[in-house]
Amino acid sequence: MMEITLQHYMILSVVLFAIGLIGVMRRKNLLMLFFATEILLNAVNIAFAAIGSYYGDMTGQMFAFFIIAIAASEVAVGLGLLVLWYKRTGKIDLDAMTSMRG
Amino acid sequence: MEAIAFYTFAILTTVMFLITVLTSHALYALSALAAGMIFISAFFFLLGADFLGAIQIIVYTGAVMALYAFGMMFFDTTRDVVEKRTSPQLIFGLSGVAALMVVAIFTAPIISGNIEALYPAIDGVGNSQMVGMVLFTKYLIPFEVAAIMLLVAMIAGIVLAGKKMDHSLTLMQDEIECINEEKEQV
Repeated sequence: MMEITLQHYMILSVVLFAIGLIGVMRRKNLLMLFFATEILLNAVNIAFAAIGSYYGDMTGQMFAFFIIAIAASEVAVGLGLLVLWYKRTGKIDLDAMTSMRG
Repeated sequence: MEAIAFYTFAILTTVMFLITVLTSHALYALSALAAGMIFISAFFFLLGADFLGAIQIIVYTGAVMALYAFGMMFFDTTRDVVEKRTSPQLIFGLSGVAALMVVAIFTAPIISGNIEALYPAIDGVGNSQMVGMVLFTKYLIPFEVAAIMLLVAMIAGIVLAGKKMDHSLTLMQDEIECINEEKEQV
């Protein structure tokens, strides 16, 4: 059986990151946009953990921990803003938020 | 054995995230995202980062997904999500970025031949112990800053989703009273 190298993990990470980018591109609903952002963060986490593991270093895991902490706080603040916006307007579509006509 | 596990979980994760991205139903997207998060923790276990895998399950599927589930109770999730027809410039630019990333990934080993481990793992020490040793010596200040950031996020969440937030955030109390008095005079 073929051995799993660092390249495998990096390609998987790029594939997941591309899926997240597709989500960012095609979503109109802000909640779905948050889901796509989570996918992006997770793809980067895999890359960090794989590089750290293959070079025998702990730094990659440390950065993955901080990314998870950042993702958690992003969800808390972003969802609070989203709930507030939904209470006021009844919509969470991105196109309804363009209040500045330039 | 490792290859079988890697390919299985790679396919499962990719399929789950594709469902998340492509479905037009919010509940399916949430469930598929939660499943994908759990499958991703398998990669961390495969890589020997046990503590990170446990944190992935606890924080993502425990905290983040529960938060999303609570948030979705506010929204109308039975309605299908309307898709956006984006401008071709944006799609062109983002596809260019994705292609550039693939090139960078494939050329990275040429450049990174002389990388040495800054904090190498010690033999005979478990992963959780090693994480603790590095986190509380070399990364103590980022750890504390992350704690403060989580505190700020918690307070922000409480304030934003609180009961009195139907009113304006920027107007102070006496200004609102002034406006009310002006309305009464009119």
